[in-house]
Order: sequence, then C-alpha cells, then structure tokens
Amino acid sequence: MVVLAGVSVIVFGLVHLVPGDPVRLALGTRFSQDTYDALRERSGLDQPLVTQFFDWLGRALSGDLGVSFRSGDTVTSLIAERLPATLTLAFASILVALVIAVPLGTISALRPRSIIDRFATLISQFGISVPEFWMAIVLILVFAGTLGWLPSGGYVPLSEDPLGWLERLVMPAVVTGVVSGSVITRFVRSSVLEALGADHVRTARAKGLPERQVFTWHVLRNALLPLVTVTGVQLAYLLSGVVVVEIVFSWPGLGQLALQSVQARDYPVLQGAILLFAIVFLVINLVVDLLYTAIDPRIRR
Amino acid sequence: MSGQPVLEVEDLRVRLRTPRGPADVVNGLSYTVGAGETVAVVGESGSGKSVSVLALLGLLPSGVATVTGSARLQGEDLLTMRPDRLRQVRGPGAGMVFQDPMTSLNPVLTIGRQVVEGIRAHSDLDKAAARRRAAELLAEVGLPDPEGTLDRYPHELSGGMRQRVIIAIALSNSPALLIADEATTALDVTVQAQIIDLVEKLQAERGTGVIWITHDLGVVAGIADRVLVMYGGRCVEDGTVDDVLENPVHPYTRGLLGALPDLAQPAVDGVVPDLATVPGVPPAPTDLPKGCVFWPRCPVRGDARCETEQPPLTVIGSADVVLPHRAATWCTERTFGAESPGVGRTFGAESPEGGLR
Ligand SMILES: Nc1ncnc2c1ncn2[C@@H]1O[C@H](COP(=O)(O)OP(=O)(O)OP(=O)(O)O)[C@@H](O)[C@H]1O
Ligand code: SF4
Ligand SMILES: [Mg+2]
Repeated sequence: MVVLAGVSVIVFGLVHLVPGDPVRLALGTRFSQDTYDALRERSGLDQPLVTQFFDWLGRALSGDLGVSFRSGDTVTSLIAERLPATLTLAFASILVALVIAVPLGTISALRPRSIIDRFATLISQFGISVPEFWMAIVLILVFAGTLGWLPSGGYVPLSEDPLGWLERLVMPAVVTGVVSGSVITRFVRSSVLEALGADHVRTARAKGLPERQVFTWHVLRNALLPLVTVTGVQLAYLLSGVVVVEIVFSWPGLGQLALQSVQARDYPVLQGAILLFAIVFLVINLVVDLLYTAIDPRIRR
Repeated sequence: MSGQPVLEVEDLRVRLRTPRGPADVVNGLSYTVGAGETVAVVGESGSGKSVSVLALLGLLPSGVATVTGSARLQGEDLLTMRPDRLRQVRGPGAGMVFQDPMTSLNPVLTIGRQVVEGIRAHSDLDKAAARRRAAELLAEVGLPDPEGTLDRYPHELSGGMRQRVIIAIALSNSPALLIADEATTALDVTVQAQIIDLVEKLQAERGTGVIWITHDLGVVAGIADRVLVMYGGRCVEDGTVDDVLENPVHPYTRGLLGALPDLAQPAVDGVVPDLATVPGVPPAPTDLPKGCVFWPRCPVRGDARCETEQPPLTVIGSADVVLPHRAATWCTERTFGAESPGVGRTFGAESPEGGLR
C-alpha cells in the first residue's frame, strides 16, 4: 500500500512533467480563448497541481480514473477494452519464450561450447539485438505476404472467432516471445550451469542415483528459482504493453493506448495506464514471492 | 586383513584444467586398503587429498579433470568402468562422506528425501520401508529425533547435524569401502566417538575398508591401521601408525609432527593437537618443482639430487612385513632432527629396525 501511494505520486508527477498543453492539443489549431478556458476548467487543469493530485487520487481510490480529454470515454472503460488483447499477447509470448528458453538453455548448459550451445548463444544474441519491428516486418512479409498463411495483423476476441484469434496471435507472440525467450535462455543456461557445479550434485551422484534423477531433482529443481524471477520480470515487461509490436501488428493493447495518450497529453488516460502498469508490477512481484516460498524451503518460516 | 584388498590404487594421477594452465594435483599415488582396514590420509590443505578420492569415484568435474592410473575396487577398475556399472558401485561399493557439510546437501529437498533416494537407488524397498531404514540410520549416527529430522530441510540443521546426515547417507548401503573426507571435523568429541564406533562396527561386520582423511592426529592414532602422508599430490611417507607417528622419516612428516608432544604419553589435558604447521607454503600444482616436491621448504636438503630428481617411495627398514614403512626422500639414513624447526625431540636415531613392527 505504501508502495502504491508512492507510485501514484510519482505517476502523477511524471505525467504532468510531460511538456505540452493537453487542452491546446485537444482543441486543434483554431479555438477561442473562451473555449480554451471552459475546457481547462471542466478538466480541472486550472486548479493547483496538489489539488489536482488529491482530486485524482480520491477518485482513483473509488475506482474512477477520470475521463479521457480526447474521446470523453471513461479511462476505466478504455483500459478494460484494451486489457484482454494485452493479457492474451503477454501470456502467449511468455509461453513461446519458455518453450524456447527452457530446453535450449538447459541443453546448452549440459553441453557447454557444443554446437547447440553456440547455436543457442547466436540465437539469443540475435533475439536480443535485432529490433522487434524488423523481426515483425520480416514475419509479415513472409507469412502474410509471400506465403499468405496468416493475416498481417489485427485482433479478434477468442470467444468470437477462435481460429482467427489464434492466426492473429501467432506472429506478434512469436516476435515478443523470441525477444523474451532470448533473455530467459541465457538465464536458464547460467542457472543450470551453476546448479550443475553445486556440491550437493556430487553428493547425489555419489549415492549412485541414475543420472536422470540427479538432473531432475538436484539440478533442474534448483535452477527453477532464478527461472521464476526472470520469468516474472519478463511478464511484467510484456504486460506493460509492447508498443512497437502492437503498432506493427495493429494489436489493440495497452502499449498503444499509453502511446496515444502521451501524444495527446491525455493525462487521465496516461495516469490510469501507468497506475495499472505499477499495479501489474506489484502483483507479479507478489506472485513471484509466493512461488519462491513454495519452491524454496529456506524462505519459509 | 587377508585375502583380496578392498581397494588397490596404482599410479593415480589427476590433472585439472585451470585458468592458470594444467594443474598436476595428484602425481602417481599408489596404495591399498585391505578388508577391515583403516587408512588415514594426512597432509596440508591443498595437498590433493580430496581430489585423489573424488577421482576414484569419478566425481571430479568432467571436462576439467583427466584421471589416469588404476583403482580396483574389489578387483574391478573404477577408472575404466562403464557409467551404469559405476552408478551401481557408488553407494554399496563405495560410500563417500564429503568435506563440506554446509553445501553437500541439497537445500531444497528434505533430509528424508535425500537419505531415502540413496537407499532406493540400490534396493527394492518401498517408500515406507526405505523411510524406516532412513530413520534408523539417522538414529545410528546419533541424531536426536530421527523421525522429525527426516521432514526437515538442511538449513534447519546445524553443521554437525548435517555432517551426520551425510555420514548416514554414505553408510546407507553398507559400503565395502568408506571414504571419509574430514568426516568428523564439525563434530564434538562424544559424537565423533559414536561415529567411529559405528564405522568400526561396520568394519567388523562387513570387512569395510576405510579411507579416513583428517587433520586430527588423535583420530589417526585412535582408528587408523595405516597412515599415508600426502604432499604435493604424492605420497611422501606411509606405513603403520606407529612407524609414521613414532619414527617419521620424511622431513615433511617430521615437520607436521614437530610441534607435537610425544603421542605415546597422552597430553596432560587429554587433547591431542592438530597437525603442526610447516613453515612456507606448498607448491602450486600448476608449477611443481622439478626435483623433490618438498625441496623449496625442506630444512634438510641433504642430497645433491634433492633439487633435480624426484625421490622414489622406498622402503625404510625391513621390506618383509605386511605393511612396510616407506618414504620418498633422498635422506633417509641421515641424522638431521635438530635442523627441523620446531622439532622438540631428536629424530633420526632410528636403527634399521626402527621401522619394523
Ligand atoms: N575443481 C577444481 N578446479 C581446479 N583446481 C582444483 C579443483 N579442485 C581442487 N583443485 C586444486 O587441487 C589442489 C588439491 O585440492 P584438494 O581439495 O584435493 O586439497 P585437500 O588436500 O583436500 O585440501 P583440504 O585439506 O583443504 O581439504 C588444490 O591446489 C586445489 O586448488
Ligand atoms: S629429498 Fe631432499 S628436499 Fe626432498 S625431503 Fe628429502 S631432503 Fe628434503
Ligand atoms: Mg579436502
């Protein structure tokens, strides 16, 4: 709660530091001073910043995040509209990432300097350094253009058209999944390597356990801890919206919403979005902590 | 001590790949451990004691260590054994107690699980029976509340308790050979005595051979049949406890024992001190001296060959005994006791029969 209070102050402060006048932007180039003043008053922007903050905070606490300067819709409805798309993409991406990273990282740790290890290093180097938009565009050109197998973008809810949902999800999920997967692969590799070298693994071998059992219970089981952490971090990043990918694939996620609200100086929407990201971050941290307690007896009481 | 030895090690060499180049950590170690026999291995930190026993069971990191020579456990060479056979041998063939009790257990699994899995890897016992056996073992090594301990995690136990768990694991398959690397260092004297009794019982019942690595000369004097002194990855002196402790020949052994009161007369307070420290530092295994390994620190250096030629392990006194007394130095026959710093009594007075037992 203390964290959230701090976060909301920072959110509010930062948003208002963004240069530019939202009212001017909302009104376009030709408007009278009266219209300007009226709008300013209506949106509360004529009040001192501190008053504005407590005003906003009070309403935010009761679930009212205000109304968009630009469209007049409530911020909560705007966010709710975008949330399913963002959740879908984030979880699909993390799934892709884990499916790539766990086996690849594990195998490279088991055979350091082997062909697979070198290949994995190369791939993750590639995944980390190649710009997302480039990867996205190449995929679109190949799979939507040349081959024509997949639509080039858009989003439909799962409930309306499951096949269409999946078809549209594949490419963006692969792009963000490969990027996250590259980061996670490296983590998996180093944590498995570290677990492999631990003294207790030697004890397990000395007992005459089958190698598979040694590996599952004395190596992987221990490498799980860092994996949970890095997955949490990646998921938080994915949930706060992957702007570039959302734009290239016309994916109506929170990243796009946040970007548009910055461009329009749409303070209420921006504040709402950032507050949501902060909450997402806290929730993920909490979940990671809970998972940690579940898998690491040293943290339990 | 008749019949086939439990373990015969011949010309064991271990080279490790290190960032500073190849390190020759074990250089031609040969010894045997007879049935029911206890061989104590002593030597300074870094002399290669742990590496030499880890090498026997193939427990050194592969890709880093190159092990050559042979090590026959009940006639079968451990070093050339197929991996699946080696797996069967680890446990019932040879059990190992590791040096560091703080890191040798898996922090995320319960004690019970870690003991039980060792039992079940080599028997058909079901979970419940293996668990009962595990509790028995924990009781045998003197852990209070064995049942409760099964459900605890390593971090909930003290170092001494963890060490006893590791001992229980090593003993869980009644091994033909027990390798104990500083197994009782973290334990108080009573518990230590209890563990030693337990091992002796196993030796009497099963003819278990024991390799006991230790710094504690009290333990050596108390349980060992034979002592092997290691320096620079070599055996520099071995023989019966009486030979080595009473009539040490190698200048290094003499240095180690130097600060000791006469072991034949128990110290006034009943405490036997640890090995003495010998001035100087051991050679880096990446850069061993060309001649005698001990040359850089040797207070004697009484022979022209010391600097250039490695002295072989040769029998001192009579060779016609079951356990001959051997030492690797060029200066066996000289009198040089007074030159060894810190030596409180006169060495070198041994007659040719001095090494006889
Ligand atoms: N995994 C490893 N990689 C590189 N060098 C190693 C490794 N393990 C041991 N060594 C080196 O091998 C030498 C012998 O080590 P070892 O652990 O056998 O000594 P020790 O006689 O058991 O000493 P202590 O009494 O401290 O246990 C040391 O110089 C050590 O630095
Ligand atoms: S051979 Fe020479 S240098 Fe080596 S221990 Fe003997 S006297 Fe010392
Ligand atoms: Mg050691």
